[in-house]
Amino acid sequence: MIHIKRLQEDGADIIALIGEIDASSSIELDLAIAKSVGEGFIKILVDCSALEYISSAGLGVFMSYIEEFNDRNIRMVLFGMSDKVANTFDILGLNELLKIGKDKVQAKKIVNEL
Amino acid sequence: MAFFGFNQHFVHTKAITRLLFTVGFITWLALVFTDLSVLFSSANDIKPDLPTWLPGVMLNLFILSLFYYYKLKIERDEVLNFVDLLWRVFATGLVATVVSLALRLVEFLLNDTKLTTHIVFKDLIYLINLGLMISFLMMAFSAWKRLILYQKSKWLLRLWAFFEFGLLASLVYNSFKIPLVEWLYGTLLGIFVVAGLVLSGNMKWVAFLNFRQKWTSLLLLLLTIFYLLYIFYTNSALTESIGNISPYFTDYRYHIFVLSLIVFVTIYSIFSFLVILFNLPTTSVFEQKLEEVVNFQRISQSIQTEQSEESVYNILLETSVSSVFADAAWLEINSNAQEQKLFTYKITDKESQEIINHLNAHHIKGVFDQGNEKTKNLSKHLASLRGSRFRSILAFPIYVKGENIGNLALLKELPEGFNKEMTKIVSTFSNQAGISIENFRLMEEALQNERYKEELKIAKTVQKSLLPTLLEQDKDFEIAAFSESADEVGGDYYDTLRINDHLISIIIADVSGKGTTAAFHMSQMKGIFHSLAQSDMEPDNFMVHANQALVYCLERGSFISATYFVINTETKKIKYARAGHCPVLYYSSLSKQVTYFKDKGVALGMVRNKTYTNFIHAYEFEYVQGDLMVLYTDGITEAKNSKGEEFGYNRLLESVEEVSSLSAAQVQDHLIKNLYAFSGTDNIDDDYTTMIVRFN
Repeated sequence: MIHIKRLQEDGADIIALIGEIDASSSIELDLAIAKSVGEGFIKILVDCSALEYISSAGLGVFMSYIEEFNDRNIRMVLFGMSDKVANTFDILGLNELLKIGKDKVQAKKIVNEL
Repeated sequence: MAFFGFNQHFVHTKAITRLLFTVGFITWLALVFTDLSVLFSSANDIKPDLPTWLPGVMLNLFILSLFYYYKLKIERDEVLNFVDLLWRVFATGLVATVVSLALRLVEFLLNDTKLTTHIVFKDLIYLINLGLMISFLMMAFSAWKRLILYQKSKWLLRLWAFFEFGLLASLVYNSFKIPLVEWLYGTLLGIFVVAGLVLSGNMKWVAFLNFRQKWTSLLLLLLTIFYLLYIFYTNSALTESIGNISPYFTDYRYHIFVLSLIVFVTIYSIFSFLVILFNLPTTSVFEQKLEEVVNFQRISQSIQTEQSEESVYNILLETSVSSVFADAAWLEINSNAQEQKLFTYKITDKESQEIINHLNAHHIKGVFDQGNEKTKNLSKHLASLRGSRFRSILAFPIYVKGENIGNLALLKELPEGFNKEMTKIVSTFSNQAGISIENFRLMEEALQNERYKEELKIAKTVQKSLLPTLLEQDKDFEIAAFSESADEVGGDYYDTLRINDHLISIIIADVSGKGTTAAFHMSQMKGIFHSLAQSDMEPDNFMVHANQALVYCLERGSFISATYFVINTETKKIKYARAGHCPVLYYSSLSKQVTYFKDKGVALGMVRNKTYTNFIHAYEFEYVQGDLMVLYTDGITEAKNSKGEEFGYNRLLESVEEVSSLSAAQVQDHLIKNLYAFSGTDNIDDDYTTMIVRFN
């Protein structure tokens, strides 16, 4: 079960993930990101501070946007991950492909520097 | 056994019928003989040899045998339908009339000779006619009994029993010339006539005749009535002429049974004729009702026999049209939000679309937008549409699980063409169609589910068959592997391949996602492994090539994590590359420590271009005797207990520490045992795969 909240700060779209992302709820994550892109945001911050678990399907959603975002110059930064969630990203090597910040301040800094 | 019994019973009945017929004939002969004898004696003023009551008894015996003869013949015959019964009565009447006419002809030919005027000859003719009349009456009586009792009630059965047994009892009264008390005779006759009249009111069978059967019945009844009148006339004329000469003969005119029968049979024949005649105009209504019932059944049953929803729609359209005599109709089905499908009957798609648009344009609620009312007669709105031949329209929504899936519209060229009854009928039809479609969908779903399960079963078999049954062994190491998949098929894969006498490659991989696609990707991974590993590649190079190959088959969001090893038994070195797979757990016999390898590498399929080379790295380490390498998939570290806690990396490490010096198989057993003990269930929700290499 996942609950997704969106709010905008300083021209950036902040997507907050609350709960667990498994195969079925990964569709909601996909929809939320697609919506944000569709609304024309080029700065997307994903708040993972309340994310308890993410399955490979959820990771696949982030992965699937990497190339598109590079091509369209859309900047996405994830932040606030717990050690456990961060470990899942690390093992798959997604930490090398995605921008990950420690907290919101750092994430904003990264997104503006890019 | 039952058949035999039935057969025996049948033969039994047949024999009795024959016997009764013979008895009837003999009693009639006896009647003729005794009656003639008594009459002859009396006419010649001789004291008769036979008692004068004997002919009466013979007549009653004759009646009794005929009564039971027809009872067996007509009442027990289940096959006879109404028209058959009327036909039998008619045929008996015809035979009686023809014989009687033939006798008249003989009389005419003999023309006023001494013989024809002789009383004995007259009596003989009379007795033959009497026998014919009684046969005819008994036949009609049995047939009418069946018609009257077609729809029984307790009360009706009692009345009939009284009538029948009363009549039979009157035979006793007639046999023993109990002093003819005028009032008793009159009362009895009156009671039977009244009972016969009341019984004649039961005409329910007429309603079950169709139009053609009614016409046939009318004709048969008319002729039957004609025969009855003729025979009554003949007999009454004969008794008259004999009675003028001598009273000593069997006169039916004082016979309660025969008289009651004459009245009853005649009345019922006339009643039936009239009732059928007056029922003729309403026959079509009754047939219509029957058809509605049949149509209704068709819709209900369509679910079992029809192959698609479309046939249910077509049946609904057909039955509704035929039930209300609509001139045209259409059925609009919203298969999804955008798409609408039209099924039409005697109307073009264009014409119906015009009407739909017209009604929509006038914001008419009821058909296309369901208001509070379920059905609506929208004829008044049709009047404003120019160029349309239709003047009446009736529309119904069709609901499946409370959702309006479409509308049924019926059209007539006449104004005010639909009445309340029709509205009700079609409403029932559309409700039933809704239920049928719902059932149909449920069945389809169940079938789909079954198919999906079957598919999963196949996928599971495929997945199992993709895993190697035998692993490479070497004097330098031993390998044990374990894989258990969840109900939902996962995509865990491991394999080994000997490149040459001192090089052996090992792979462990996990395909993201589940089900048939995961099994499919796993088979691709196997193909890639077996083709690339052959050519003795560096592990990082292997991954780059594998990634390149997979880019074209992995769909968006899918990836494969893998670790690939090449063991060199000559140099005792292992080269490997990790592409996003779970880190290797390693026991070093030198340091006596169990640790996770720290290395980098992105999973296959995540970077779908040439830059992947930058994200994969080759690593190398030396092994010594006693070292232990534990490979696994994330199903193990993510296995949860009842509290929702994960097995995790620490528990895995501790489990290996506990048995670090045992053989590969023993380490594996211990690990799996711990895992199941932790999760507390045999129902795993992900694949468990381990591969353990012990170096010698």
